[in-house]
Amino acid sequence: MEALINIVLLTLLAVITVGIMFQRNLFAVVVLAGIYSFLMASVLIVLDAVDVAMTEASVGAGVSTVVLLGTLHLVRTIEYPSKRSALIPMLVAVATGAALVWGTIGLSPFGTADNAIHKHVAPKYLADSVKETLVPNVVTSTLADYRGYDTLGETTVIFTAGIGVLLLLKGRRRRGHIADEDSKVGRTA
Amino acid sequence: MKLDLILRIGTKLLLPFILLFALYVQFHGDFGPGGGFQAGVITAGMVILYALIFGVKAAKRIAPQGLVERMVPLGVLIYAGTGIAGLWLGSNYLDYSRLARDAPYGHELGIFAVELGVLITVAGTMTAIFYAFVDRGR
Repeated sequence: MEALINIVLLTLLAVITVGIMFQRNLFAVVVLAGIYSFLMASVLIVLDAVDVAMTEASVGAGVSTVVLLGTLHLVRTIEYPSKRSALIPMLVAVATGAALVWGTIGLSPFGTADNAIHKHVAPKYLADSVKETLVPNVVTSTLADYRGYDTLGETTVIFTAGIGVLLLLKGRRRRGHIADEDSKVGRTA
Repeated sequence: MKLDLILRIGTKLLLPFILLFALYVQFHGDFGPGGGFQAGVITAGMVILYALIFGVKAAKRIAPQGLVERMVPLGVLIYAGTGIAGLWLGSNYLDYSRLARDAPYGHELGIFAVELGVLITVAGTMTAIFYAFVDRGR
């Protein structure tokens, strides 16, 4: 049953990817990308990664779709065909894809219990999480406690990305024609 | 605006449940799937949905732009501050053992504080980016 669900989901993902490639209407591309994210969230649920599925559904399908639609409001919605030949981008894409597939050959079989990653610190976390942190959800205790530095880094990445986008989008506007708001910004800054 | 009556009423009905779900994901993250990242995005999604249906002005009344932009660094400061609190109490950076009398309770408290920081930064960043995009369009 799980294999059937996987086949259906992955086939739909491939169909939507091809659709995005040939679609010139960017509005349709944004909608297709939202559908892609929802399908991806379903795949992640099949993989028992509900946390990631939640993030994918809300960020990928929700917030980024809205932000992309907001961008389309500012630019034209038809993508002009490129004058250059698509040969080199195609070669780069195929080579990258082939390298990734080649990389998966070196991985141990999917879902086996005696993978190297399951033998390092994971057994300790699983055994000691409740005793040491009173948190039964090992994902949370690993992310926020055992691997707290990594999550601090991730939060800083989000902070940096947010500040970067705000600087780009708001800095340009200051040179624009909205004079009264500019003086306000200048005074507070 | 009368034509989108169903959307407006439906959104009004949905909003409290979205916020409740975000809080559930946040505070139940110790037991079930979820945590600060997910809850933050769902909270931001609620504000964005409100802005889509009722307009950005209305959304900025419930989530003022200044507040949202201050939340971006505030969450990181809470996270890093939790680490420094541990340092102050004599353990390592981001070691929550001394935050409470018993080490396990300290860890529980530390995880709570850290997840709160993540929630604030993620919700603030997502909403601030959305506001920035919308403001460019006008």
